[in-house]
Amino acid sequence: MKSVSWLRFGVAALAISLAGVARAEDAPQNCEVPAYLLTTESPLSKVADAVKNGRPLDILVVGSRSSAIVSASDANAYPARLQAALKERLPSVPVNISVELQPKKTAEETAANFVKLVEGKRPNLVIWQTGTVDAMRSIDPDEFRQAVNDGVATLQNAGADVILMNLQYSPRTETLISVPPYIDNMRVVAQQRDIPLFDRFAIMRQWNEQGDFDLFNPTHGIELAKQVHDCLGRALSKFIIDAAHLGPAQQN
Amino acid sequence: MTSIADRIAGPSVPGAAAPPAPAETAAPASVAAPAITFPAVGERELRLDLFRGLALWLIFIDHLPPNLLTWFTIRNYGFSDATEIFIFISGYTAAFVYGRAMQDAGFIVATARILRRVWQIYVAHVFLFTIFLAEISYVATSFENPLYTEEMGIMDFLKQPDVTIVQALILRFRPVNMDVLPLYIVLMLFLPLILWLMRWRPDVTLGLSVVLYAVTWEFDLYLSAYPNGFWAFNPFAWQLLFVFGAWCALGGAKRMSRILNSPVTLGICVAYLVAAFFVTLTWYIPQLGHLMPRRIEQWMYPIDKTDLDVLRFAHFLALAALTVHYLPKDWPPLKSRWLRPLIVCGQHSLEIFCLGVFLAFAGHFVLAEVSGGAMMHALISLSGILAMWGVASLISWYKREADKGAARKGARSNADMAGGG
Repeated sequence: MKSVSWLRFGVAALAISLAGVARAEDAPQNCEVPAYLLTTESPLSKVADAVKNGRPLDILVVGSRSSAIVSASDANAYPARLQAALKERLPSVPVNISVELQPKKTAEETAANFVKLVEGKRPNLVIWQTGTVDAMRSIDPDEFRQAVNDGVATLQNAGADVILMNLQYSPRTETLISVPPYIDNMRVVAQQRDIPLFDRFAIMRQWNEQGDFDLFNPTHGIELAKQVHDCLGRALSKFIIDAAHLGPAQQN
Repeated sequence: MTSIADRIAGPSVPGAAAPPAPAETAAPASVAAPAITFPAVGERELRLDLFRGLALWLIFIDHLPPNLLTWFTIRNYGFSDATEIFIFISGYTAAFVYGRAMQDAGFIVATARILRRVWQIYVAHVFLFTIFLAEISYVATSFENPLYTEEMGIMDFLKQPDVTIVQALILRFRPVNMDVLPLYIVLMLFLPLILWLMRWRPDVTLGLSVVLYAVTWEFDLYLSAYPNGFWAFNPFAWQLLFVFGAWCALGGAKRMSRILNSPVTLGICVAYLVAAFFVTLTWYIPQLGHLMPRRIEQWMYPIDKTDLDVLRFAHFLALAALTVHYLPKDWPPLKSRWLRPLIVCGQHSLEIFCLGVFLAFAGHFVLAEVSGGAMMHALISLSGILAMWGVASLISWYKREADKGAARKGARSNADMAGGG
């Protein structure tokens, strides 16, 4: 008796989830981001220059494991989605994106590689996603701040604009990872070095609260991750265009 | 109402409670008279219970994922939060209860009773850790969302239960939200020393505490944690609030009352709170950020919770000063029905604190397993608070009945529970 009802339950659940997948593929996921999360006072002058002078936009994404879904060359992860969104919005500008994953490396360990990375690629813009590994290892927040600050300085001295991206909102691990000190310290560095901070944490939390995504979902499938990364890529493209003050003229 | 307040007003040991004790009066006059005075028996400070109860509710809400009720917690309106209130009041009540015990029964007996209390808190902590471990193990085995591959790496500690559990037992492995009890255990361990010093020279003791705080900041003292990192509440810094609470309880508050009631002090407090409110506003409305002078930003940030930033401490002082001024001891609503839920929670703080931590775990679990909507959030917060109130009332009832039985047999009432936790 019991096994039969479980079976029925399973079939029903399968049907519902299939319907959900079908619907998700029909229309792009709704993931509005409130304007205040996508505006910044800090400019991206190198990006603006490149676009205005018709040069290509070379973007380097440096991040830990959460900058990918499966691998660094993942077409579904947010860096690739950002590239697609920028191409759509800035059709006249060639956009090159490369991704350097530094899994399991703290901000300090990652920053040690910056000179080498930037020398090779000469990007106009570096998007540095960091904080997760430091939070998981409970690195001293003061040391973390110092490391991020030094890393950003290195990148700026090499002639690149920098965007900091903070941690993912991860409700399931909230009782295990103490996120706030790392988010706060990234905000401090962004203010001090006058660079934009892409508040991935607040944005994803907003989506969860609005009901766009159920981030508590214990799904084993890849679909949710794909959609979240797509939305992140699009939000990031808006953020960059806003910060670089690329008006409608460039967007045509 | 009054009967409850009277009942748990300090260790009401008949006969022994008539201060001053003969030994005190016999002290030579040349020694500065210890500024320790205990209020007469029966005068339970309901304000302490009220605000401790409030702190317990706020800590519970802050431990849940952010939701509507989070906007009612004080950390959104200034630098300090419920933890400051909790530690300060704990210092105050602990000094009050055990200070009296030390006066009545001597150093050894008071120390023994304090250590018994420490043991209770330790057991409570280990109990909570067990529940936490159960929840986490479940999550670790059932959750495999590819979006969070990186974050799930934190569960790796489960692969080494031998190390993890031992580290938890020696208070070095503490999951998020389980930091307050270890801090409390360490502070209570040093309470005999603090009280002993306070009976000698309260002001010198407070001075030493300030020195330790300053040394902590200067030389970056901390306690390390497992697997890496440090205690999220640095006991070397947070002891300041605890000792300050003890100092206030042992007469400091009375001696400060003139300063506290001067319009200048109140003006400074109001100005500081308003400024802090404005600063916190810029965190939530980034558009206001450009109104903040950059110089001040650079000087002010980060506002460190681990080491109890001076800005946080000052914010708590300002809040406390205004509260004491505008809510007199005999404020009528303190006896009203509407504040009973808070007061009764504050009167059983250890039990209700643990319950709050457990409910926060449970709340996370329900949100994760059932649904995560805003309605569910609000429902969990509200039912959690109702549960805290219900259990606190139950404990009150039980103790009232137990005390009645004890009184019939002529036994002493259990003074340790007199809000000393």
